[in-house]
Amino acid sequence: MKATVHVTLKTGVLDPQGKAIEHALGNLGFDGVEQARQGKFIELELADTDVDTARARVTDMCEKLLANTVIENYSVQIET
Amino acid sequence: MSIPNVTITDEIVAEHGLSPDEYAQILKILGREPNMTELGVFSAMYSEHCSYKSSKKWLKTLPTEGPHVIQGPGENAGVIDIGDGLAAVFKIESHNHPSFIEPYQGAATGVGGILRDVFTMGARPVANLNALRFGAPDHAKTRHLVSGVVSGIGGYGNCIGVPTVAGEVNFDAAYNGNILVNAMTVGLAPTDRIFYSAAAGLGNPVIYVGAKTGRDGIHGATMASAEFSEDSEEKRPTVQVGDPFTEKLLLEACLELMQEDAIIAIQDMGAAGLTSSSVEMAGKGGLGIELHLDRVPVRETAMTPYEIMLSESQERMLIVLKPEAEDIARRIFERWDLDFAVIGHLTDSRNLVLYMNGEMAADIPIDPMVEASPEYARPWEPTPSPAPLGPVAAPESLSAALKTLVGCPDLASRRWIWEQYDHLVMSDTAIRPGGDAGVVRVQDTNKALAVTVDCTPRYCLADPETGGAQAVAETWRNLSAVGARPLAVTNNMNFGNPEKPRIMGQFVGCATGMRAACLALDYPVVSGNVSLYNETEGEAILPTPVIGGVGVLDDVSKRATVAFKAAGETIILIGETEGHLGQSVYLREIEGRCEGPAPAVDLAAERARGELVQGLIADGTITTCHDISDGGIAVAVAEMAMAARGLGAALTIPEGVAPHAWAFGEDQGRYLIATAEPEVVLARAREGGVSASVVGEVNGIPLLTLTPSDDISIDELRDAHEAWLPNYMGEA
Amino acid sequence: MRSAVIVFPGSNRDRDMRLALRRATGHEPHMIWHKDTELPELDLIVVPGGFSYGDYLRAGAMAARSPVMRTVVERANAGTPVMGVCNGFQVLTEIGLLPGALMRNANLKFICRNVGLRVETSQSLFTSGYDAGQVLSIPVAHHDGNYFADEATLDRLEGENRVAFRYVDDAGETSAAGNPNGSARNIAGVYNETGTVLGFMPHPENAVDPELGGTDGMALFDGLTRALS
Repeated sequence: MKATVHVTLKTGVLDPQGKAIEHALGNLGFDGVEQARQGKFIELELADTDVDTARARVTDMCEKLLANTVIENYSVQIET
Repeated sequence: MSIPNVTITDEIVAEHGLSPDEYAQILKILGREPNMTELGVFSAMYSEHCSYKSSKKWLKTLPTEGPHVIQGPGENAGVIDIGDGLAAVFKIESHNHPSFIEPYQGAATGVGGILRDVFTMGARPVANLNALRFGAPDHAKTRHLVSGVVSGIGGYGNCIGVPTVAGEVNFDAAYNGNILVNAMTVGLAPTDRIFYSAAAGLGNPVIYVGAKTGRDGIHGATMASAEFSEDSEEKRPTVQVGDPFTEKLLLEACLELMQEDAIIAIQDMGAAGLTSSSVEMAGKGGLGIELHLDRVPVRETAMTPYEIMLSESQERMLIVLKPEAEDIARRIFERWDLDFAVIGHLTDSRNLVLYMNGEMAADIPIDPMVEASPEYARPWEPTPSPAPLGPVAAPESLSAALKTLVGCPDLASRRWIWEQYDHLVMSDTAIRPGGDAGVVRVQDTNKALAVTVDCTPRYCLADPETGGAQAVAETWRNLSAVGARPLAVTNNMNFGNPEKPRIMGQFVGCATGMRAACLALDYPVVSGNVSLYNETEGEAILPTPVIGGVGVLDDVSKRATVAFKAAGETIILIGETEGHLGQSVYLREIEGRCEGPAPAVDLAAERARGELVQGLIADGTITTCHDISDGGIAVAVAEMAMAARGLGAALTIPEGVAPHAWAFGEDQGRYLIATAEPEVVLARAREGGVSASVVGEVNGIPLLTLTPSDDISIDELRDAHEAWLPNYMGEA
Repeated sequence: MRSAVIVFPGSNRDRDMRLALRRATGHEPHMIWHKDTELPELDLIVVPGGFSYGDYLRAGAMAARSPVMRTVVERANAGTPVMGVCNGFQVLTEIGLLPGALMRNANLKFICRNVGLRVETSQSLFTSGYDAGQVLSIPVAHHDGNYFADEATLDRLEGENRVAFRYVDDAGETSAAGNPNGSARNIAGVYNETGTVLGFMPHPENAVDPELGGTDGMALFDGLTRALS
């Protein structure tokens, strides 16, 4: 099955890359972009067959490597 | 997987950039029609990029020998002896077209490619340089290209950990559709451990190491040889993606293997990837080579022999090993987590034979293919001499003109760029970017290498022969100005479409001038690269023969920098000033004209003056020196003051020459020196038959006095000088 | 002083650090490969600069999970002094030996230049060669040096005298102009709770040779050598 992980900066952590995107979109004439936040998107192909086990394992992966929880939040989706 | 059988049509031949004559030659060599894989191999080998078919005739005229030359052109990089059992290994290479299409990856893989050329020879890279040309600042794409190219160069060089210590940047509308990204690497190796590409030893294994092969950059070499049209911006998918981390591993693994008695021949897979590397190794060794393409590590599925042979995936090497060394080599590469595969062996057939899953995919006789490699005597016409420059009116104020010049796009500070490059890693950088040349100490010795890149394309356009000589002479001057003995050069010939006699005439003129300068200065060419067809919609770039120069300082503590050191020191001009304003930056920026002849280069005087300066620095007489180039004496003095803290200068403009011509003229072969011992310097100049004169004094306050009634603060100049590029990039 | 430099694939200031340690101590440090799990008896462990594992995912993230780092953490917890410089600082925060995180520079660009660096305390085995308040000129060379920690952590670091260095301007002030990368409160380096683990972004190992642009970093290595020999 496939797991997708979104890693985003926590609210309140300054996101200079997001700011740069906002600025660039404004320069290109895209009005009304009130905020841009940049994150990471990670796809994992898993051998697991059980959704709950897979979710638990991927959550553990996030805690141990995929996200730095000092500054980042993560969310896990499992597609069967 | 079976190999698709495609009938070769005229269209397919043309798409591969082969002329009907070249295709007829291929039919003759094979005695039959080629299959697609074979056609791909021929097209890569006969591309301008690999065959040098338009330029060979003229490159052969360049001097390539000298007592210190260990290896001239024809290998991955040139090699010169710098004494004490050490060699400097260096080359410059262009990545122009890929950088225009995808600036970050194009520039990054340019750096990666030239680094591989150098460490393939057994050298540890110790310095990177780059020569960049962008379009007009107000062109819609320029800012984006500057940003991408600079990040790409930094992204690769910073990660792999080789300092970027020098470079140059020009802006001109002639580069709007064809930017130039020329990257140079200098490495160090023991003279008795240089590695070459000629294969030897029947039956010896051919090893593939490094990253896996994908479909990136297929036909990069043919793309780099075709004129641009607007729709080629859609060629984006063929651009290679660089992985500096893998290259760092490859560098360390190769240098580790080179400590063992294991390698017979080694060649990096650059342009035309596996094709040119395998053909060159076997061809130079007078052997055949058999490769099993199904053993090549790939990262995409269903790759055909054609794709595997033409892929330009980065960070890969081909090695011929001594048979007994296979285990140790495998251990080293696996320790560095790199792919290692025996993909074939050397044969006595003198053919390139390719198999895919046991089925023959190509069979090409190497010698006839290489011998029939096209060489053209393209028609050329000499560049007409420009009309003499008429009188040039004086500006309202010299200081205002000076402020304009130090803040103009071509002369403004490049700090915004070089602060994005790690120029300190390796702990040997003795002169940082921003001076006349970068200087890196040779680790654990007192010696140092001085390195520079230079070219003045507007001179080359006005007078190719003078421009070619000037480019060589200016690098000689850059190296002399820091106290180095210049030893050899590498060249990157960037021109338009050589099938046009006018463009070919520029090439011939520049090569002729380069030859004269290299001979007069005992400064041979040991490596180089040619980039032609730099045209968009029929508009060619300025002729841009970039020269990379390398010199040696025997004692790194005896060097000079541009910054003034102490108030009260006398400023001495080495060389003569007639006030040549033709093709000057002053004329362009203040008067809006690009006219008149380029300044003449007197090679005998150049040599005498350079040797005087080298001697004065080497024996510790002077520690402050700057060569005079774009913008003339006034800009040079301003740069010396801006590089110092709290110091300025008072100039004394001599009688008999118009003050603005004296201040901004670009007469060649000149240096400024600041010294507490002017009599010693002047006496030494007299002994050497070199013209030298006192032109001013270092001020104890940051003020530049041009005439008794015209001065300007150094802070004001510095603000203008430092502001342009950050402002332009939208960051101030 | 028995010292070691940890070498990850992609480390690139490991040699620079080796040279600086050799200059200070007179002998070669151990160079420890990332796959090793055994360490010799050591007085100092240095995690050097570079782009370990390409800095892919996050700067220092992969290196923090490499086999050798488990042993480094054990040694650090047992009191062996550990110093992380640049990428090494990123590794030490990723592994949790030091608080906070290093984010992309505020202007998003790699930056290589000398900065003003104020020594916040001389009461440390790392900085005994300096006076508190002394301002040094030391190069930085990084893309991800923007120090972040939440306000409570920053307050605690300051309250416990655990800020090692701050970026300052030409006047010696902790201004925005003197902050090269947007770091919170101009923080360039921090200590752990016991003061035995130090992480910071600038490169003292590139400021130890008069021929190469200054020697302001030398007192750090000399001070360590005196304290740990």
